[in-house]
Amino acid sequence: MRFLNTTLRHIRRSPYQAFAAILIMTVTFVAISLFTFLILGSSRVISYFESKPQVTAFFKDTAKQENIRALEDQLRASGKVSKMHFVSKNEALKIYRQQNKNDPLLLDLVTADILPASLEISTYKIEDLASVYSMIKQSSFVQEVIFQKDVVSSLTSWTNSLRKIGIALVVVLSIVSVFIMITIIGIRISQKKDEIEIVRLLGASGWYIRWPFIFEGILYGVIGAFFAWIISSAILLYETPFLESFLKGIPILPVSYIFLLEVLGAELVLAILLGVFASFIAVLRYLK
Amino acid sequence: MIKLDKVSKKFGNGGIALSEVTLSIDRGEFVFFVGRTGSGKTTLFRLLIREFFPSEGSIIVGDFDLGNLPNYKIPHLRRKVGVVFQNLKLLSDRTIFENIVLPLEVSGFKDRDAHKRTEEIMQELGLSEHRDKFPIQLSGGELQRAAIARALVLSPEILLADEPTGNLDPKTGEEILDLLMDINKKGTTVIMATHNDVMVNKFAKRVISLEKGKIIKDQKKGKYEIS
Repeated sequence: MRFLNTTLRHIRRSPYQAFAAILIMTVTFVAISLFTFLILGSSRVISYFESKPQVTAFFKDTAKQENIRALEDQLRASGKVSKMHFVSKNEALKIYRQQNKNDPLLLDLVTADILPASLEISTYKIEDLASVYSMIKQSSFVQEVIFQKDVVSSLTSWTNSLRKIGIALVVVLSIVSVFIMITIIGIRISQKKDEIEIVRLLGASGWYIRWPFIFEGILYGVIGAFFAWIISSAILLYETPFLESFLKGIPILPVSYIFLLEVLGAELVLAILLGVFASFIAVLRYLK
Repeated sequence: MIKLDKVSKKFGNGGIALSEVTLSIDRGEFVFFVGRTGSGKTTLFRLLIREFFPSEGSIIVGDFDLGNLPNYKIPHLRRKVGVVFQNLKLLSDRTIFENIVLPLEVSGFKDRDAHKRTEEIMQELGLSEHRDKFPIQLSGGELQRAAIARALVLSPEILLADEPTGNLDPKTGEEILDLLMDINKKGTTVIMATHNDVMVNKFAKRVISLEKGKIIKDQKKGKYEIS
């Protein structure tokens, strides 16, 4: 408590330095939060696509039940298919109605006749998709084949790039924050040189002198991370309606408050580590 | 209580502050260190609180052998030796109360006990009315009293007072000296560095005279005899 009081007195007496330290920590943690949301969100989108049928064959209206069954048998015999699901014209209409239940105009215009029956197929291995795709393509009863591999792989490559950019940006910002904090705490130590000398002569131990500066680093980190969490959570919650319509059908939004609290917890731990690291370096460097 | 054996202190620039100083001070003594500016009085004090090591010789203060004292034990030594510094070293941005309570805080006393002891010592030294004033608001004598109060708040076994009357008028200086005598009567070993001949001659106390870092006289009931 005594150390915390000393820390608060330091901050009160030079508020602009404290403001600069908190600001840089806030910027760093806003970047960390937003990239965390983006990376976790895109991973969930990929998982969603991966869990969906990877190849969908849409049949011509002329295709009969036995033709479809023959194709199913042929695919099953290949040993590559893990799951198959036949969607009839009526089921397709149900799905269509469910997806467009808020748009009566679209519902009025569509009947089961104009929707094709389809077969949704998943393979054990992603590399078998190509051979399954060509097997289906050869069938004369198939109108069109949708192949999800491209969607998943391009999403995966986007996410990987995003992750790399995010990690690089966060690392650079963290390094900058640490250097700024070292400088600010170093300035504080220099300003308090006489006071430090006096308390030393009065019998203060090394840790009695160091703790307030280490608390200061922790405090900057924690306050910065907390502000950043408020800002980034507010952005996410504000943009949720837009993102929900953009990611139509992919159930990742709205995010739960528990998830946001988990992010806050992780960020506070990281902030404390960064704060302790920066202030410890400053104390080692300037308090010999 | 304090033993110095052939203690010398040379500084990096080649200057010799102390040269082969040997002396012994018993518990409860009152000793004047006299000598001109630069004779080595302050260096001796700084050696006694292990601000630095002697270049040669050994120093024992109470139970502490300063030559072999690990750094982590220096705070323990400094809590046993109260110091009234020549330039007082009061913190200008803290009140008199906050300055005096500081040694108790750094020693880990609980707030309640520390505050009680500080109030006591302030009352004893007539500083209670200045409790919440800042050093800039006090006179020279009052500041000196505040510095003495801070040095005494931990009830040290030894009190080092470096020129405590240096910037004071004769009457205030006398008051400060009477105060140090009272402290000594209560059992604290007091060592006072001064070049105030009137004060030294008024009391028949031990006088150690220093010149150019050497002890030139050590008299049990001495006089100020520096030319």
